[in-house]
Amino acid sequence: MELHSKTPSGPIEQRWDRARFEMKLVNPANKRKYNIIVVGSGLAGGSAAATLGELGYNVQCFCFQDSPRRAHSIAAQGGINAAKNYQNDGDSIYRLFYDTVKGGDFRSRESNVYRLAQISVNIIDQCVAQGVPFAREYGGTLANRSFGGAQVSRTFYARGQTGQQLLLGAYQALERQVTAGTVKMFPRCEMLSLVVVEGKARGIITRDLITGKIESYAADAIVLGTGGYGNVYYLSTNARGSNCTAIWRAYKHGAAFANPCFTQIHPTCIPVSGDYQSKLTLMSESLRNDGRIWVPLKTRDQRPTDQIPESERDYYLERRYPSFGNLVPRDVASRNAKAVCDEGRGVGETGLGVYLDFTDAMKRLGVEGIRERYGNLFDMYERITGEDPYKVPMRIYPAIHYTMGGLWVDYQLMSTIPGLFAIGEANFSDHGANRLGASALMQGLADGYFILPYTVGSYLASNKLEKVQPDYAEFKREEAEVAAMITRLLSIKGKRTVTSFHRELGKLLWDYCGMSRNMQGLESAAGKIRELREEYWRNVDVLGGAEEFNQALEHAGRVADFFELAELMCRDAIHREESCGGHFREEYQTPDGEALRDDEHYSYVAAWEFQGLGQAPALYKEPLEFEYVHPSQRSYK
Amino acid sequence: MRLTLHIWRQKSANDLGRMVQYEARNVNPDMSFLEMLDVLNEELTLRGDDPVAFDSDCREGICGMCGFMINGVAHGPRRGTTVCQLHMRRFRDGDVLYLEPWRARAFPIIKDLAVDRSAFDRIIAAGGFVSVPAGSAPDGNVILVPKQKADLAMDAAACIGCGACVAACPNASASLFTGAKITHLGVLPQGQPERCERALRMVAQHAAEKFGSCTNIGECEAVCPKQISLEAIARMNRDFLKASWINRGASRSSGGE
Ligand SMILES: Cc1cc2nc3c(=O)[nH]c(=O)nc-3n(C[C@H](O)[C@H](O)[C@H](O)COP(=O)(O)OP(=O)(O)OC[C@H]3O[C@@H](n4cnc5c(N)ncnc54)[C@H](O)[C@@H]3O)c2cc1C
Ligand code: FES
Repeated sequence: MELHSKTPSGPIEQRWDRARFEMKLVNPANKRKYNIIVVGSGLAGGSAAATLGELGYNVQCFCFQDSPRRAHSIAAQGGINAAKNYQNDGDSIYRLFYDTVKGGDFRSRESNVYRLAQISVNIIDQCVAQGVPFAREYGGTLANRSFGGAQVSRTFYARGQTGQQLLLGAYQALERQVTAGTVKMFPRCEMLSLVVVEGKARGIITRDLITGKIESYAADAIVLGTGGYGNVYYLSTNARGSNCTAIWRAYKHGAAFANPCFTQIHPTCIPVSGDYQSKLTLMSESLRNDGRIWVPLKTRDQRPTDQIPESERDYYLERRYPSFGNLVPRDVASRNAKAVCDEGRGVGETGLGVYLDFTDAMKRLGVEGIRERYGNLFDMYERITGEDPYKVPMRIYPAIHYTMGGLWVDYQLMSTIPGLFAIGEANFSDHGANRLGASALMQGLADGYFILPYTVGSYLASNKLEKVQPDYAEFKREEAEVAAMITRLLSIKGKRTVTSFHRELGKLLWDYCGMSRNMQGLESAAGKIRELREEYWRNVDVLGGAEEFNQALEHAGRVADFFELAELMCRDAIHREESCGGHFREEYQTPDGEALRDDEHYSYVAAWEFQGLGQAPALYKEPLEFEYVHPSQRSYK
Repeated sequence: MRLTLHIWRQKSANDLGRMVQYEARNVNPDMSFLEMLDVLNEELTLRGDDPVAFDSDCREGICGMCGFMINGVAHGPRRGTTVCQLHMRRFRDGDVLYLEPWRARAFPIIKDLAVDRSAFDRIIAAGGFVSVPAGSAPDGNVILVPKQKADLAMDAAACIGCGACVAACPNASASLFTGAKITHLGVLPQGQPERCERALRMVAQHAAEKFGSCTNIGECEAVCPKQISLEAIARMNRDFLKASWINRGASRSSGGE
């Protein structure tokens, strides 16, 4: 395998223009003759399917929820970035590009990031025109806020429901195409395999989640917009159903998987309260604008907060990072929370929590002032924990939130299998080793509305694609394999539930391949994961049948894939002997405990190629070159 | 805490279904309602009994995937809250709870507490959008939108499409759902060109899906987890009436190419 990023050359501002000009076009009259499968209806998949439909292609779109409107994108709260410079505060495309490359800790492709920043402005226009009710100023102009420590106000938002409103915009555009007859929607339908015919991606195998029927769909190009794999950790801020199955099975059919160990941990989540916990809830990052983070100075200090005097509190972020204080980037805030808890200074029953205290802010702004800014978040906190954050400080703890890794794609968003594209969180592309707040929504929509529709067209126009039919042997073979895996899961009839395995896997990964990692821990985790996977295939108990609505079976297939992915994550984390962004290797840090990158040896994308189960995957490297933003050490002191 | 649960069990759409009693032991007050059911399902699985099917995804009250009746109330006793955000501290030791799926002709049961809400997608597909293909939009600030209007649109757009309004309505009407989308797009300048057509098509689809009509009972508003106001239905009715009136003239003049 060879990795051709197909990045255009020339001045960075002109690359996307040039690339578009060089693309082959499909004759408008022929578009409806092409079938395109889009798996996923989130911001990426939904916007792509709608746009491809508008262009006249014949689109089939799949999702596992009961409606495309429920994709996990719906849960995004904070906002979406765009280099509009409406606030006249010095923002520009170049600045957004610069911030994103730097924020990604110099592990992303410059050309992609620049294109993303360029397109960001079109996204806002498109969404406004669709009727997305963005927040407005009294004069009627669009409102902005600064987000995640950015120095300019470039984040557009719709209350605390930005993801919901953007997704509904895409969903409505999608439903419009359903009526127009260009898109056929398949909800409650899960992709379980990819079909490759003569080296090109030509179809998928799905399971109808209501009837259990296994079916084949053929197409000229396949697009995966299936989201991130944060749920490999069991507990994460992702929706319960989010999973890696589509991209993982594509990987097993030859698509390279890039930077699997680059995962993002969000510092402000509600801590775990017990073993029954099914997911973690994110509290918007904006809380760090006014809340002060602290733990008691003494270890295992059980006193209520009002009995801990100022002199016995440690505002550790303010102490260590005097200039950024509580607003340090996500990875730094998370790691520091873990460190104080590891010292035994964590708070709450489990000792895995730190205080986020609004007492000072309430003195400054009044209770009403706080209610106005964060009322809905405070309510949510109260609802979940039963504690009133106006009276006692909130408790927060980091949680897995986003996965920067994903299928490797070139500048055209095509994976290493011709005809297979990956968009949104499912690909590895634009965020390097760390994603900035409000940039995932931007990327998903950039991919779906403005990049993929061109690049797929160019692929179709420049390849001769013979017709394939779902009754070809390649499809039948894949169908049989999918059915065999299901039969196998159902026939083990062991003694443990799927959830108990998933939870144990998640804990292993969180402990050894989470916020901070070291060689020893990673190696032992990889071994334990392998053992647990073997036990899974001997001892899992999945009730019910294959030909019915069977939620345990759905979960069982996803967990089987998580096991294999988890091993690859450890392998990737072991091989990357440096610290960068979300990947913090304890062996590689500066004397004062900050991440230490090794640009000389690791300035590349690690793309792994499947070599068969039980075989070591092959590693390919895409070197990263920085012509515009010169790598520097991030410093927030 | 210990609870007695009576849960609707129905194997498939064609099965008859019945209430089955379960004991939920060791319920922790900090659990969410769905986590309590997760624990029950783990126990059932280990005993070899089919776990209870119910839908959920985000578990944050935003995706609209979850929802069933608890003692006859859609999403249970806490106002403005989906079942995934309802916590067990709301209940008392020894409580007896009856869990049933949304019941409406337009929402066929799939299994146990899970129902088919695809009728909602078809109502949106009928007209719940602004026809603006990607690439054709003017700059975001070209059309100014007064803050009050943007806020009003956002209030209606907050609908999560869970179906509680239908389940609570004695007529099984989806007027609150339909009205919320008509309101959201109808108050924004971007939604004006298709405003009449939208109301006509969405209301017609609502009827075609066999949802009942609204008789202003207001149960929907009371259970809506996003507290969408009945005002949305009034706006839908106004847009629909106005559109029907205008349409009488238009249908005569449109017709051919
Ligand atoms: C709580 C939370 C808050 C966030 N807030 C922000 C924010 O403020 N700003 C920001 O920029 N980003 C935010 N993010 C990140 C952002 O929301 C996601 O990265 C982004 O929405 C992912 O979109 P997507 O389209 O790639 O995938 P998703 O929205 O996850 O969609 C995946 C789709 O694929 C389908 N699918 C998956 N697998 C299969 C399969 N095998 N078969 C069929 N269908 C399948 C699903 O049904 C779904 O339709 C947040 C994330 C979380 C968890
Ligand atoms: S699971 Fe998403 S709203 Fe309840």
